[in-house]
Amino acid sequence: MELKTPLYDAHVKAGGKIVPFGGYLLPVQYEAGVIKEHMAVRTQAGLFDVSHMGEVLCEGKDALANIQMILTNNFDNMVDGQARYSPMCNEHGGTVDDLIVYKHSDDHYFIVVNAANKDKDYQWMLNHQFGEVKFTDVSAQYAQLALQGPKAMDILRKLTAEENIPQKYYHAVFDTEVAGIPCIISKTGYTGEDGVELYLPSEYAEKMWDTLLENGKEEGLIPCGLGARDTLRMEAAMPLYGHEMDDDVSPLETGLGFAVKMKKDDFIGKKALEEHAELTRKRVGLEVIGRGIIREHQDVYADGKVIGHTTSGTKGPFIDKAVGMALLETDYTDVGTKLQVDVRGRMIDVQVVALPFYKRAK
Amino acid sequence: MELRAELKYSKSHEWIKEDGDVSVIGLTDYAQSELGDLVFINLPEVGDEVTVGEAFADVESVKAVSDVFSPVSGVVTEINEELLDAPESINEAPYDAWFVKVGEVKETEELLDADAYKAFVESEEA
Repeated sequence: MELKTPLYDAHVKAGGKIVPFGGYLLPVQYEAGVIKEHMAVRTQAGLFDVSHMGEVLCEGKDALANIQMILTNNFDNMVDGQARYSPMCNEHGGTVDDLIVYKHSDDHYFIVVNAANKDKDYQWMLNHQFGEVKFTDVSAQYAQLALQGPKAMDILRKLTAEENIPQKYYHAVFDTEVAGIPCIISKTGYTGEDGVELYLPSEYAEKMWDTLLENGKEEGLIPCGLGARDTLRMEAAMPLYGHEMDDDVSPLETGLGFAVKMKKDDFIGKKALEEHAELTRKRVGLEVIGRGIIREHQDVYADGKVIGHTTSGTKGPFIDKAVGMALLETDYTDVGTKLQVDVRGRMIDVQVVALPFYKRAK
Repeated sequence: MELRAELKYSKSHEWIKEDGDVSVIGLTDYAQSELGDLVFINLPEVGDEVTVGEAFADVESVKAVSDVFSPVSGVVTEINEELLDAPESINEAPYDAWFVKVGEVKETEELLDADAYKAFVESEEA
């Protein structure tokens, strides 16, 4: 059975079209529709309920040593409040999940994981923990809202003091407040736009949701569903677990080498990644040349043979192009390479293009 | 949900206008609202045969692909080429955005009038 986030009733009231996702009932869109919601985030602001995401605390004298071993990125040089993205690998170098680690303080880290992987991840952490450490699944206690778009910070500034707002990307302020509601303010997101994500006690979720929407009216803030979340992350070429990566795809193949620190003494999966340092396949961006839209799980052809498959695909509403991502044999991954995708029996011409498809002007 | 009294409807959510021996086919207002923003459409070609209950076109929203089924068997005599460049017009004015005209109609499935279609949609939603 699917769970409801603390905002389920608010979504229904706002005209959300509810679908099951990652074990939760969430709105795929509201009355505005996916395209308008997408454009609001690119040009004004959008508000997302992402309370389905999981949160795990890692505490204790050996907390840092544990995350250094369990995750591929390096965490020994972080300041309090800093956030860092990382894959979590299995022994074969495949990806258990991708997640964000926040350093609250020495011996205290806050880890945010994908909804669909929450139980798997937590079990993985428990199975690999060592020394003096305690992992705690606190997902049920937290709601998460994402306020995203060029006007997002203007809206936030109306509701909290400047010193409560993290100044830099991938930094957070813990134990703060917005409109008097206790929360963590994190300058992160999954849209390719400026903005923040707020973590707060579940019981305040609806109050925060209503307060933000009310105070963001002038800036054009509207609620946005999972549909826009997916098209926004696609344009920004942010990988999604279960699409661009899974237990059998390594983070190097997904193009996440920046978050895999091979110079670290050791981490789970390091040996396997070293053994396969020469990649046979990797993630690329594809753009449709003619008419048509590519989707996930479609075969990609070169010279009449299958050389990989698409992992995501859609029509990007802001870039106004049909694009996708694919995992292809490395011989066919140069920008400009012409390929074909089998779209339900029709061959569609595509070419390899540089990622991301969309990058905001700074 | 907007309905037109002069049209007939299929249970797979197409509308049909019987115009002499030609059937004009499109997607209902209910269907477009369920599908969401449409961004792409595939239509058959003039001269193609269509068959009752079989897909003759597909429409794509940003999220998904959906087949459009033919309520009649016959031969495509005309397609609405404007839709190819402007699939959003199906969302904006579903009863003006016809997909195809079908002639030589040999068979038509049992169609609903506006009231019966409305009752059908409500029963599906319940």
